[in-house]
Amino acid sequence: MKGPRDAWAMAGWATLPVLALAWEGVARSGLVRPFLLPPLTAVLERVWTDAAAGDLWRDLASTLYRALVGFALAASIGTVLGILIARDRIARWFFDPLISIGFPMPKIAFMPVIALWLGYFDTSKIVIVAFDAVFPVIVATAAGASNVERELIWSARNLGAGTRRVLWEVVLPAALPQIVTGLQVSLPVALIVAIITEMMMGGTGLGAAMTRASRFADSPGVFAGILEIALVGLILVKGMALVRRRLLLWHPETLAEATVA
Amino acid sequence: MKLAVRYVPLLLLALAWEAAARLELSDALPAPSAVLVAWARLARDGELVANGLPSLYRAGTGLILAIALGSVLGVVMAWWRPLHALMSPLLELSYPVPKSALVPLTAFWLGFGNASKVLAIFLGGTLPVVLGAFNGARSSDRALVWSARSMGASRVRTLWDVVVPCALPELLAGIRIALALSFVLLLTTELYAAQSGLGYLISFLGDEGAYDAMFAAVLTVAFLGFVADRLFLRLTRRLLRWRE
Repeated sequence: MKGPRDAWAMAGWATLPVLALAWEGVARSGLVRPFLLPPLTAVLERVWTDAAAGDLWRDLASTLYRALVGFALAASIGTVLGILIARDRIARWFFDPLISIGFPMPKIAFMPVIALWLGYFDTSKIVIVAFDAVFPVIVATAAGASNVERELIWSARNLGAGTRRVLWEVVLPAALPQIVTGLQVSLPVALIVAIITEMMMGGTGLGAAMTRASRFADSPGVFAGILEIALVGLILVKGMALVRRRLLLWHPETLAEATVA
Repeated sequence: MKLAVRYVPLLLLALAWEAAARLELSDALPAPSAVLVAWARLARDGELVANGLPSLYRAGTGLILAIALGSVLGVVMAWWRPLHALMSPLLELSYPVPKSALVPLTAFWLGFGNASKVLAIFLGGTLPVVLGAFNGARSSDRALVWSARSMGASRVRTLWDVVVPCALPELLAGIRIALALSFVLLLTTELYAAQSGLGYLISFLGDEGAYDAMFAAVLTVAFLGFVADRLFLRLTRRLLRWRE
């Protein structure tokens, strides 16, 4: 059904090409120096030449490798720690104060320290990413796993499930929506941090390429970097939303959505 | 007493750190006791204040601008369909952009002074504030809005007395994200290029090889971020007390 709401939404998306044209027009009009705002076509051309020369793919691969390996570490460590905190009293006693202090801290401040210990290469970048991205996962998992309905756990126990089976078949699925929410917060953090480490420590990667472009006053390079990084962020965030639907196919939240659409 | 017991794990961690440093596992691991001494020296020499003030100025200005523009934009977007239509594709595309990508751009536009840092913090912080204000204002109870209107409140009055209070919880949640982001962007811009600020202090001390002082500065920034978040939570609770 098309109503006024759809008309507005369509008009909204139509603003994007208008904005692109405006960018091109302003940049070509001479109102601003091309150095500060290169024409969109020049930026796209730059993305194209980077892609053709292979630089773009090399940088993209480094950035994705660091962000995703760091994210995978954060996801696995975070889920395990979160469940431990929720289900084990000693783990809760030990980790709870550390997490409640560490979560709101700007972890990026520790970047120079970690770089000092582990150097300027992949290992240290990945560790910094994981260190930053792990906290949202721990907090979300702990919250999810400690709010599992007791009746579910009691029933499973009664039916003869051991601790391990209760964890795998009751606690984990019941906490899954919140775990995935934690992962959805953590993935963009991983990408942000991966790019910061690249900007600061150099080497390969989209962040490093942007820093180089900025230092050499190569303005199409800076804007090409923003476009490329924005696209990567968009794809990762949308991809994660798809993963959520897939993982939670059985969950009422997904079912409800399906009936509306 | 309860508080002391709660923080025993932190103490254990500090002791392990001290032991590791005493065993000289690494020459880049100053003992916590040495870090404390270095911190006292930094504080006495005025380094912390001299670098803390520029940082506070940059983060504060960027954040205040982000809150001002973001909350107005978000509430008006929820109130006026055309603006929503215009902005939502832009927001949807720009929200997932890793905010750190802004740092080389603003440095490129405005140089290495305060303006580029304030701009990066402002741009990065505006998005979460807009989304918080928009989601909060949109969720304001229709029945409340209609009642206010039918009882003769003007549109502006309704906006102020009904929509804004309804939007407040989510708006504050958005500001909290912007606050955390402001620390990240502040540090990134200051580590990137600066002649003052806590981020600059960290990189300067690291380059000098004064690791005990560098650790002191790192821990100071981390602690400030923690305290800012806790203070903001307290403010949130106070502002939302009427809901209980």
